[in-house]
Order: sequence, then structure tokens, then C-alpha cells
Amino acid sequence: MTINLTMVGQLISFVLFVLFCMKFVWPPLTQVMRERQKALADGLEKASAAEKQLEAANDAAANELEEAKKQSAELLAQARTRANQIVEEAKTQAGEEAERIKLGAQSEIDQEVNRAREELRSRVSELAIEGAEKILETSVDKSVHQDMLNKIAAQL
Amino acid sequence: MQSETQTSSEYIQHHITNLTYGKFPDGSWGIAHSIEEAKAMGFNAIHVDTMFWSISLGVVFCALFYWATRNLKAGVPGTLQNVCEMAVEFVEDNIRQVFGTRPNVIIGPLSLTILVWVFLMNLMDLIPVDFIPALAAMAGIHFMKVVPSTDPNATLAMALGVFFLVMYYNIKMKGPVNFTLGLFTHPIDHWAAAPFNFLLEMVDLIAKPLSHGLRLFGNMYAGEMIFILIALLPFYAQWALSLPWAIFHILIISLQAFVFMILTIVYLTQAHETGDH
Repeated sequence: MTINLTMVGQLISFVLFVLFCMKFVWPPLTQVMRERQKALADGLEKASAAEKQLEAANDAAANELEEAKKQSAELLAQARTRANQIVEEAKTQAGEEAERIKLGAQSEIDQEVNRAREELRSRVSELAIEGAEKILETSVDKSVHQDMLNKIAAQL
Repeated sequence: MQSETQTSSEYIQHHITNLTYGKFPDGSWGIAHSIEEAKAMGFNAIHVDTMFWSISLGVVFCALFYWATRNLKAGVPGTLQNVCEMAVEFVEDNIRQVFGTRPNVIIGPLSLTILVWVFLMNLMDLIPVDFIPALAAMAGIHFMKVVPSTDPNATLAMALGVFFLVMYYNIKMKGPVNFTLGLFTHPIDHWAAAPFNFLLEMVDLIAKPLSHGLRLFGNMYAGEMIFILIALLPFYAQWALSLPWAIFHILIISLQAFVFMILTIVYLTQAHETGDH
């Protein structure tokens, strides 16, 4: 174990190697490691953000579907109600129509009856006179008995 | 690989001697050709093998990591980038746990350099002990120690580098006055204990780099020594011991690199702590 000038030489080379490492090796290596760490962190962050987005989109889609279902059910219900309404309306209309037709027929009948009656009435004096002539075998002056005939016609 | 003319002790001595270039006692400079010549050089010598291998491995570290930074991708990284990022992440994790998140430009690159460089130097221990020395001998080089971290010059130089930084941050964070005052007022806060405190703090201060450097040296030196001893066995029996020891050594070399780095971080953390303790 001898200490000699070798130690000085070794010290110089040690310093030079450390300086080289300090200048050319350490900074780029640590920098690239920092960069990768940052890229990894960014990537992870992005991935979790994307996951959240996907979740939100799924939720939105489910909501939309739910909404659509609800809407279609509503429409269906509306349609059913409308159909019932139409049927009801038709029924009512038909009833009314029937009633009207019935009424029309009735009034026609009444008119016919009235007309028959009027006709009868207008001819009653004729018939009465004819009958009376047959009974009396004479002619009856219509104008003399007009009052009485009118009374009979009014009674009809 | 013990040749017939060598005794065991000579073989070991040969394996723990560095290739030394230095100043001979007569004043001329040159490569030592024997252990005695190397010892006679004293401080004015340099271990060529330690320098060569450690600088080569340091260049390998720098080139590998620099190459990885040439085409960095923030997306999916390639194999080399992945390996380098793993090393950087490991270092950053340890710094975060010990040093915290204080802003400091030097502790990261310093720790990374120490971890990888020390690991690569220790890794040379797993190359069979005689492989490179034998090749060197064929090329006419008589001594060749291939594991730089078994040379205290290398480990203490790193520890000393860390120590300078620790002193720098001690003075920067605490202020020169507070730091000096701290040497006299800890651990016993009484004026009469000031000389005692100073002695204690000095021992503490100097023991840190010493133990820091010698721990790595001791572990690697002992491991290397056991490989050398195993290599003294007959060639057909060596595997029985060298294989388990090499497998165990994979743990040791990584652990020692980690320990050296973590101690660096701990010492720098202590230098940054300005509160009372």
C-alpha cells in the first residue's frame, strides 16, 4: 500500500469524469425521465377524463331512450283517448241523426194527418150537404146553412 | 499461474505490485523492473496500470451514457437508454431518501459517476487473476494490476474528492464563522471543552474520507487476495473455490459500489445540515 502521485492523477480523472457526467449525461437523462413521467401522468388523466365522458354519454343516451319511451307511451295513450272520443262522438252523432230522422218522419206524418184532416174538413160541408140532400131529397142552399156548416167543420 | 521458478510468496508479491513509472533514486525517470525498484521510488511515482484501467473504465462509462443521450426518447426507450435510466433512477431514489429534495446540481452526477465507475472498476475483479497479467507479460510488461479499486490511491483519491466537496458545502451552507465555531462547540457546548471538542471534531472530519476510501480498498483488496490464493491451487481444483467466490463477489462488487455512493450522499447531507445537532 503505497501512496504516490497516482492519487493526484486519480483525483484529476475523477473530477473530469464527474464534470463530464454533470454536463453531458445527467441533465438530458433526467430531463427525458421527467418528460416521460409527465406524458404518463397526462395520459392517465386523459384516460380518466375519457372514461368520465363515456359515462356521461351513456347516461345521456339512457335518458334519451327513457324520454322517447315515455313520449311514445304518451302518444299511444293520446291516440287511444282520441279514438275513444271519435267513437263516442260518432255514437252521439248517430243517435242525434236517428232522433232527427225520427222527428222528421213524425212531423211528416203529422203533416199528412193534418192535410188529410184539412181535406176532410174542407170537404165535410160538401159531404154533409150531399148527405142532407139525400135525406131531404132536396137541395140545400149552401149559403143559407153556411154558418152551421162552418160550426161542424170547426168541431172536427 | 505459478511458474516453476517462483515461490508462492513471490507469486503473490508479483500480483500485488503495480506497474510503476517514477523517479529512480539516481534522479532519472523510468519504469520499475522489480518490486524493490518500485518501492524505492516513494511518492514520485505513478501506477500506470491503475491509471490506465481506471481512465479506460471511466471513458467507457462516459461514452456509454453519452451515447445513450444521443437519441433519447420520451416514449418507449431502447435497451441502452433503459439501462442508463435505471441507473439514474436508482441514484435519484437514494438521493431523495437521504439528501431530500434540496436543490443541488452536483450530487446527482457525482453519485452516478461514483456508482458506475466504482462498479466497473470492481467488475475487473471477476476477470481471472492471471488472464490480463499473462497477456501483458507476453507483451513484455512485467507488472499488471487490473483492478483499480484495489489500489488505495484510486479509492482515497475519490474519497478526497468527496471530502473537498464536503468541506466546500460545510463552509457554504454554515458560513465560515459558524463552521469554525462548530468545530469548537460540538459535542460539548462549554468554553472549557473547546480544545477537546476541536480534537474530536478533527478526528471525525479526517476519519470520514479515510474510512470512506479505505473501506472500498480493503474489501476489494481482500477479495482480490483470495482470488490470488485460489489461483495457487492445482489447476484442476481451482474451480471448486473460485466459482463460489466469484459468484459471491458479484454481490460484493455491487454492494461496495453502492456503499461508496451512499456514503458520499450521507456526507454531503451532513454538510448541508445547518441546524443544531
